[in-house]
Amino acid sequence: MISAQALTKSFKDKKRGEIRAVDGITLEAQPGRIYGLLGANGAGKTTTLRLLATLLKPTSGTAVVAGHDVLREPDKVRANVGFLAASTALYGRLTAREMITYFGKLNGMTEAAVKARIQLLADQLDMHEFLDRRCEKFSTGMKQKTSIARTLVHDPAVMIFDEPTLGLDVMTARSIVQFVRECKAQGKTVIYSTHVMSEVEKLCDTIGIIHNGRLLAEGTLEELRSRYAEPDLEEIFVKIVEAKS
Amino acid sequence: MNLGNILTVYLKELRDSLRDRRTVMSMIIIPTLVMPLLFFVVGKVATGVFSKAKNEVAAIMVIGAENSPGTVAALEASPRLRIVPLTNDWKNQISEKQVRAAVEIPADFDATQERGEAPVVLMYSYEGELKSRLAVNEVEKILEQTRHDRVQAELSARGLPAALVEPFTIKWENVAPPEKVGGNKLGGLVPYMIIILCFTGAMYPAMDLTAGEKERGTMETLLCSPVARVDIVLGKFLMVLTSSLAAMILSLTSMGLTFAFAGRIFSEGKGAAAAETGGSMAMIDPMGVLWVLAMVMPVAVLFSAVLFTVALFAKSYKEAQSYVAPMIFVVIMPAIVGMLPGIDLNARLALVPILNLSLVCKEMLSGVWHWQYIAIIFGSTCVYAGIALALAVNMFKREGVIFRV
Repeated sequence: MISAQALTKSFKDKKRGEIRAVDGITLEAQPGRIYGLLGANGAGKTTTLRLLATLLKPTSGTAVVAGHDVLREPDKVRANVGFLAASTALYGRLTAREMITYFGKLNGMTEAAVKARIQLLADQLDMHEFLDRRCEKFSTGMKQKTSIARTLVHDPAVMIFDEPTLGLDVMTARSIVQFVRECKAQGKTVIYSTHVMSEVEKLCDTIGIIHNGRLLAEGTLEELRSRYAEPDLEEIFVKIVEAKS
Repeated sequence: MNLGNILTVYLKELRDSLRDRRTVMSMIIIPTLVMPLLFFVVGKVATGVFSKAKNEVAAIMVIGAENSPGTVAALEASPRLRIVPLTNDWKNQISEKQVRAAVEIPADFDATQERGEAPVVLMYSYEGELKSRLAVNEVEKILEQTRHDRVQAELSARGLPAALVEPFTIKWENVAPPEKVGGNKLGGLVPYMIIILCFTGAMYPAMDLTAGEKERGTMETLLCSPVARVDIVLGKFLMVLTSSLAAMILSLTSMGLTFAFAGRIFSEGKGAAAAETGGSMAMIDPMGVLWVLAMVMPVAVLFSAVLFTVALFAKSYKEAQSYVAPMIFVVIMPAIVGMLPGIDLNARLALVPILNLSLVCKEMLSGVWHWQYIAIIFGSTCVYAGIALALAVNMFKREGVIFRV
């Protein structure tokens, strides 16, 4: 489970002064459900997810992820989180097996446990063919599968996806969406950020609309449709954002 | 701090770096090949150029040849000289390297000497030009011999002993032990090479493991792991240090083998200077070499930590290069100053990083042991290295540096 309370992150900019990238976000994501964070570029999605994954420290507020506080136990939070983003790349000079093994070991797994886990993940993701090839030679699909295996090697309870389909072709994007559904089916807590409306409609149980670092609206797709008397999610999004601008 | 995690990060970085062409070049290939290449290729070219210049029959002009036919005949007799007819543009011909030198014999040259006066013979040359200098040397040698013969003839004619104009002779003899001579000759060069290679060996992995990772997007992937940031820094830092030390040890080994091998080859008559260099290297105190290695350790830590910190600040490999490249001058300058003759180690210089190493290495290689300075240098460099490493850890914990966009 993820529970964020008034999560805030400010940066200092020489030209613009203090910028609040995340401004008092409070949200809750439950196990076995997908929480979709919908927002335009620069809305604060990535910063929010980096705060939840403890890559950044909040300026104020806090969050509890998989039972651990992001401020007090960041290492324990990371041990229970799988973080997949367009910006989390692979080591090109390592093979897929070496890459997954490395992250297994960093997560405190034994050699035997990592080996068994790689076998299982390679079966599930159909990776055997390229498991011992260097990542730098991979197609986008192979890279995504290896990244997914990397995030799952320690079987985390919480999965954080930051625009994972960004720049991918339709087939690879579909496999990612399918993988996110499987995480939900396994009872994992999933938080998924995107600016693609169709992905949110297909995947998310709860939708949070974020703009200028603030969570402007939250609810299921049906709740949002009835609240704003509008069937189309894109129109709902525009209405909410324009009302605040 | 978790030693297991540090080792995991280090072993991964080692494997990754050994697959990186640029790191392998700077860590293994360049340090191993630079000395043999410098010595054999550059040495061979230089020897070739010098012997070609030495064997050349130099064209010279004589101004006032009619004033001393005897002197001109002596010049003509030299197999290394060829007298060409005098032209008005003789100065220009020397500048254009058509003629190597010119000699001006003053009017009444012989008669003036008969009167007991000392006429002046002028030599014209192209200063700094090797072939011109060799021609002038040859002319001077012949003129000196002519003068000597004349003096001897005069003394003999007057019944005076030859020792009258040379009552005593001067000879040089070395009394310093061979290892001190060797250390003095090469003691400046060895630390200079070590310092440069130690630095360049650390350069590429430092950039690749920090800015390179940021650029490729793998830094964020790594930070998603539960490993403490200090463990990541230390694992990466150890890799940079490994590269630095590998470059230094390989270069020292290669240098030793090159000089020993070259000394043997050239002593068989192929080049006296090279043979002397090889011999000097063989005479360097081996204990000194071991101590140099010990003294270089904290400097390697200092270089690795500073390079790691500077490169970490950059957002891309290219930006890191622009920060790191000027640092080479900061390293080279004190290393060069340390090579200069006449600069000796004292308590104040013992606190100046890099320069202190250069100076103490020079002393140790020639068998001079100033233990109080050695202790100050080792201690102060350890302190600098510790500060640099703490700075590296601190930088790695700063979000503004890691996620700098």
